[in-house]
Amino acid sequence: MSVRESQAEGTAVPQNGSATKTPPPAPRRRTSAWANTRTALSNSPATPVYGALLGVFVLAWIIVTIDGGTFVTVDNIVGMLQRSVALGIVSAGQTVVILAGSLDLSVSYVISLSSLLAAETMEGQTSNMIPAILAVLALGVIVGLGNGLIITKLRVNAFIATLGTGLIIKGYMDDRYNGPAGSIPDTFEDLGYRRFGVIPLSVFLLLLVVVVIYLLLRYTRFGFRLYAVGGDEEVSRLSGVRTHRTIIAAHVVCSICAVLTGLFLASRLGSGTPTVGQEGGYDLESIAAVVLGGTALAGGRGGVLGTIGGVFILAVLDNTFNQLEVNAFLKDVVRGFIIIAAVAVYARRTGTGRRATA
Amino acid sequence: MAPLLEMREIRKSFLGVEVLHGVGLDCNAGEIHAVVGENGAGKSTLMKVLAGVHAPDSGEVLIEGRPVHFSHPVQAQAAGVAIIFQEFNLLPDRTVAENVFVNREPTRRGLVDIRAMERRTEELLEEVGEVTFGPRTLVRNLSTAQQQVVEIVKALSLDARILVLDEPTAALAEHEVEVLFTLLRRLRERGLGMLYISHRLREIFSICDRITVLKDGEHVATLPVGEVDTGKLISLMVGRELDGYFPPRGTPEEVGDVRMKATGVTTALLHDISLEVRAGEIVGLAGLQGSGRTELARALFGADPKLSGTVEVDGKRVGRSPRAGINAGMGFITEDRKLEGLALAQPIRDNTLLALRSLGGKQRRRLPNTVSVQELARSVELRARSLEQEARFLSGGNQQKVVLAKWLAVQPGVLIFDEPTRGVDVGAKAGIHDLMRGLAREGVAILMISSEMPELIGLADRILVMRGGRLAGELPAGAAETEIMALAAADEPVEAGAA
Repeated sequence: MSVRESQAEGTAVPQNGSATKTPPPAPRRRTSAWANTRTALSNSPATPVYGALLGVFVLAWIIVTIDGGTFVTVDNIVGMLQRSVALGIVSAGQTVVILAGSLDLSVSYVISLSSLLAAETMEGQTSNMIPAILAVLALGVIVGLGNGLIITKLRVNAFIATLGTGLIIKGYMDDRYNGPAGSIPDTFEDLGYRRFGVIPLSVFLLLLVVVVIYLLLRYTRFGFRLYAVGGDEEVSRLSGVRTHRTIIAAHVVCSICAVLTGLFLASRLGSGTPTVGQEGGYDLESIAAVVLGGTALAGGRGGVLGTIGGVFILAVLDNTFNQLEVNAFLKDVVRGFIIIAAVAVYARRTGTGRRATA
Repeated sequence: MAPLLEMREIRKSFLGVEVLHGVGLDCNAGEIHAVVGENGAGKSTLMKVLAGVHAPDSGEVLIEGRPVHFSHPVQAQAAGVAIIFQEFNLLPDRTVAENVFVNREPTRRGLVDIRAMERRTEELLEEVGEVTFGPRTLVRNLSTAQQQVVEIVKALSLDARILVLDEPTAALAEHEVEVLFTLLRRLRERGLGMLYISHRLREIFSICDRITVLKDGEHVATLPVGEVDTGKLISLMVGRELDGYFPPRGTPEEVGDVRMKATGVTTALLHDISLEVRAGEIVGLAGLQGSGRTELARALFGADPKLSGTVEVDGKRVGRSPRAGINAGMGFITEDRKLEGLALAQPIRDNTLLALRSLGGKQRRRLPNTVSVQELARSVELRARSLEQEARFLSGGNQQKVVLAKWLAVQPGVLIFDEPTRGVDVGAKAGIHDLMRGLAREGVAILMISSEMPELIGLADRILVMRGGRLAGELPAGAAETEIMALAAADEPVEAGAA
């Protein structure tokens, strides 16, 4: 074909294009309130998590009952809630950094250090409670800033950066402490033991943290930016998002959640302990809970409600294994399978395969 | 009155190499101004200077006669410059509204006012006449054309007065292009100035008012569309007359035996497709976006599972994986070379050898013992500094040549090209067409998917047209565009076995 002809064709395009029938556009769905809710539910990655939680719960109920135990009693359920508090708070924070496309492996060491800092500052004196809480919060801000700055400004991968800060904290504690230190006044132990009716005070602490983080993610511009940065950092930067600030802030939030967990554990134990965080395995457990809760490890998709669902799934499993007196190693084998299976199911649902084209 | 946008004597160097040698450009309100030039001519760099991605070394940018200095994209946005890149800046896991208002979410009492955000997005969508999706749809679930509308809406919500469109039609099907043009004309009436970067000259003549030609980082000419034709434009871009736009077709003697035969191929999206491609033939595959062309290519190659049907190459049935397809002598040059064709961070050498290295020992025995990457690179006329250069640093045309070299290394009998010259500049395009014809002449059977009508009409020996996951018909070489469109966009469904 000659060049001239192709130009002639070019000028013929408009009439041609308008003459040919294109498939009519689908009529705009006028969305009702219920349809909106339904869309929100099906868009929300938390929905399948609670389905899974329900399934696991019913299954555990049946198995434990067959085994001759009791599962659905107030005591047992409150017990599960109580044991979810520590992991729940730290996982809520972990959700924030993972949504931003980052990760925090230092949380378990931060938990231990904050329990020590709290107990040593209080030294059994009720009057020292406020300074101790402030000191611990300051620790959270400092570690979070440190992690965030190392990741953004020094461009160290989050995995390595937080592994590094975690090791630094661990080394410091190993050097300074041989065992529990400091002591918690009775008033502060209320946080760990006091109940309102049947509900432990600490469950309200967890609820508070979850609600605050939910609101933060869902209704503040920080939350919107967090999803944007985790979804695509370059797109966010070109849209004017201060990506470094967002990531740093996410790490501060995460570390604050970690120190709150440390405070709670100190109130349970009555003193600070240099190994409480590692023994709980809060670093990997919290990541497992987040992922089990449907948040994408790559960031940008998920939320704190799913995470709490994930934490509860782990709590139900733990409780069931304890009642059945399953050996601890088998327990880990089953947990491992469940985490992998859950993520495999989510991967299928979201279908992040290739996009549809001509 | 000063033009809406004026760029004067822009110079920019990277690592001591000057890529813009004092380029000027202007754009009036209510004008669509085409910027053309081969890859490496400096179009992208110039646009990135305008968008605040790169700061110029010297020169001036003026908006309505006032000089502006951008060092960050946000400053350009604030001044009313919006740029829509070929790869969209959207967040797939967020809704349309969240994407449009990213980082500018309206707030009420300190909290994000989601309702206001969605209402304003809805208004903007209505304003551009988009009714197929709403503000709550996840961007992940939108088609490419719809995502482009989201980008345009985002620009409008920023009160953009200057809109830069980088290859806006590259990923669109023919009928979607018309929809886009209607929208662009409407924006032109509203007084937006638009810079339109494209390799598709035909489209430029149908939508643009003036054309600026860049070559090797210099301004060559700015002309009203009425004063130039395609031939002159191409000669300005490449500095020589391109007389043969397409290589001559194959002669009947060159067409040999059937090399690829598909029988009753059916998948979730395809219905009972049977076709044959003979040695020495280039068979075009036309169809609208969503008609199932890429799905067919993937099913033939073994990349997607088939519900029923068989594919034979040289009389032997092909298994159910890309590996089986390669072993049988097939190659698949995919639509998206960055995602599916190249290991971007790997050097040219490793990319070239990727398919060869994956072959099993048995298949490898039919190939010569030693393969020279240099020779392959030469045979596809690859232009690169060295074979150790990473694929991501190559231009679009050269990347495509590396993908081609990768397949030539396994000496395939059947090659499937999905949009072979998408995002490739004019010079490299002709080169790729020549290579394809040369391969056919050596006995390779070629199936070519293309959304570009001239390419289908000018290159293919016959044209198969798809519609709604079926073959709607076959047309001879050089069929008119209207015939193809008539088959591709007809209303009635294809009857079984019509092709």
